[in-house]
Amino acid sequence: MNISGILIKRSIFFSFLLLFIIYSAHIYTFNAASPGNISKNPDAQKGKQLFQEYNCASCHQLYGLGGYMGPDLTNVVSNPSKGEKYAYAVIRSGTQKMPNFNLSDAEANCLVAYLKEVDRTGFSPVPAFTVHLNGDVNYDQ
Amino acid sequence: MNTLIKYFIGISLVALLGGVLFGCFSAFQFLYPAFFSSVPFFKTRPLHVSSVVGWIFLASAGSIYYFIGQENKTSSFSVSLTRLHLFMFISGGFIILISYLFGYFGGREYWEFNPIFSLMILCTWLFFLLNFFHAIKGSDRPWPVYYWMWCTGVVFFMITFIEANLWMVPYFGDHIIRDLTVQWKAYGALVGSWNMLVYGIAIYLLTKIKNDPSIAKSKLAFAMYFLGFFNLLFGWAHHIYVVPCPKYIRVISYAVSMTELLILFKLIWSARPTIQEGRNQKNNLVYNFLFSSDIWVLLNLFLALLISIPAINVYTHGTHITVAHAMGSTIGINTFILLASVCYITLKNQVPENPLRVSAIKKGVRGLNISLGVFWVCLIGAGVKKGMHTGDPSVLHQAILEEISPFLLGFALAGTGILASLLAISLPLLRSLLKQLRHG
Repeated sequence: MNISGILIKRSIFFSFLLLFIIYSAHIYTFNAASPGNISKNPDAQKGKQLFQEYNCASCHQLYGLGGYMGPDLTNVVSNPSKGEKYAYAVIRSGTQKMPNFNLSDAEANCLVAYLKEVDRTGFSPVPAFTVHLNGDVNYDQ
Repeated sequence: MNTLIKYFIGISLVALLGGVLFGCFSAFQFLYPAFFSSVPFFKTRPLHVSSVVGWIFLASAGSIYYFIGQENKTSSFSVSLTRLHLFMFISGGFIILISYLFGYFGGREYWEFNPIFSLMILCTWLFFLLNFFHAIKGSDRPWPVYYWMWCTGVVFFMITFIEANLWMVPYFGDHIIRDLTVQWKAYGALVGSWNMLVYGIAIYLLTKIKNDPSIAKSKLAFAMYFLGFFNLLFGWAHHIYVVPCPKYIRVISYAVSMTELLILFKLIWSARPTIQEGRNQKNNLVYNFLFSSDIWVLLNLFLALLISIPAINVYTHGTHITVAHAMGSTIGINTFILLASVCYITLKNQVPENPLRVSAIKKGVRGLNISLGVFWVCLIGAGVKKGMHTGDPSVLHQAILEEISPFLLGFALAGTGILASLLAISLPLLRSLLKQLRHG
């Protein structure tokens, strides 16, 4: 009785584990050629590195993920009321709430290059969407 | 061995108090950025998060070392490995906190330290994993459910922590969407892993309080464990519904998350007996904490289920409702359960001439529940206000911040109440632990 119980538990555990491995492999390999690939854009790569080194995510979000103090930066460079120059100026000099990190001209340009790559991938916050009765949503992007 | 465990527990309480203090600073800095400007918000936030994560790891590891030692009635752990685990974790944690003060970041959510320190965390966890499996190798079979949960938590933390660091490989890090997807896949499972450690501790404590080992061996306990494990593996994507990754990720996560309704029904079904048990055990300090955690499990599970529905998530994502869920679970569930465990261990080992001051702790529990209630409601209020502007790009971020500032002030003040309550709980425990250490 005990042995069969242990076998059942182990079978469930390892079945879940196998499914997890297959699912993880799928997620690791999806959509490799879509926008968002910055491997051929060294400025954007440097910008991403700076974004992390200055802990920008503690205050800013990308796709709604990150801090809440500053605005979501996913589409800041294509926002008609902001744009690349605005982003560059804020990065260089800070604001009342955002400290001036004394970034160089080149570093600020790399951060903008990164934000331009982020902008190409999609929209956040979602501008329009359709809600289905089953609780799912179509993001009309 | 017991001395080492007391160090784990004592230092974990210091990490908790430090973490909540940093949290209070960052809550006020969010409203008034000039407040305590020598350590700005982008430094206090990681100080807060890492200290609280340190509390969860140290208290969980210390409790598990203690409980397995009690179960096996032998010194089944390697003392030198345990010592190495403690030393590496504390020295690593201390270096990480100092690195934040010097502005030396890795900039990833939860793990905001430079990735070089990830190796240290990985090493400490490896010591814990080796020690844990060495200790339970010869234990009686079939294992109670908490052994399964601890095994799952220990192993999957290792797996998901490595996964969370995959961004350092260019294949992952150089693709913005893949990076975000894998990052939040790892984080969802990672939180699930430490929840396994903590929930396992809760079940262990219940079996001891009620003196009923069958609680941890019942079919229902295992059904709930496998349901939790299933959600740990596949139910993480509510974080990234809006990220443009394949739709099947959202659909799978939505379906898997809804299986948690079974846990919600089970909690509602057992609410009456739980309340009755709460009345019977009202003088039991450990049960006081566990009873509070039961209430917070119910509330946070309900919130988690709501935000896992894409049609609701689209309004709540990126708002303070997500913070309510994260902090509500960390304080209301993890912290209450771990404090129950700390009390259990401290009471078991207390020095008779200096008994633990139980009444102060009970007042602290009441204060913590009230403060957390206000804190949680304020965060939800702020989230609802912001969510009402979903789909309206004309509203500026600054305008939303001004609109939600009364809620954030309530949140910051309630945070101070949480700190005061935790002081009322932790100081008698720390005092008792120090006396125990002095008495050897």
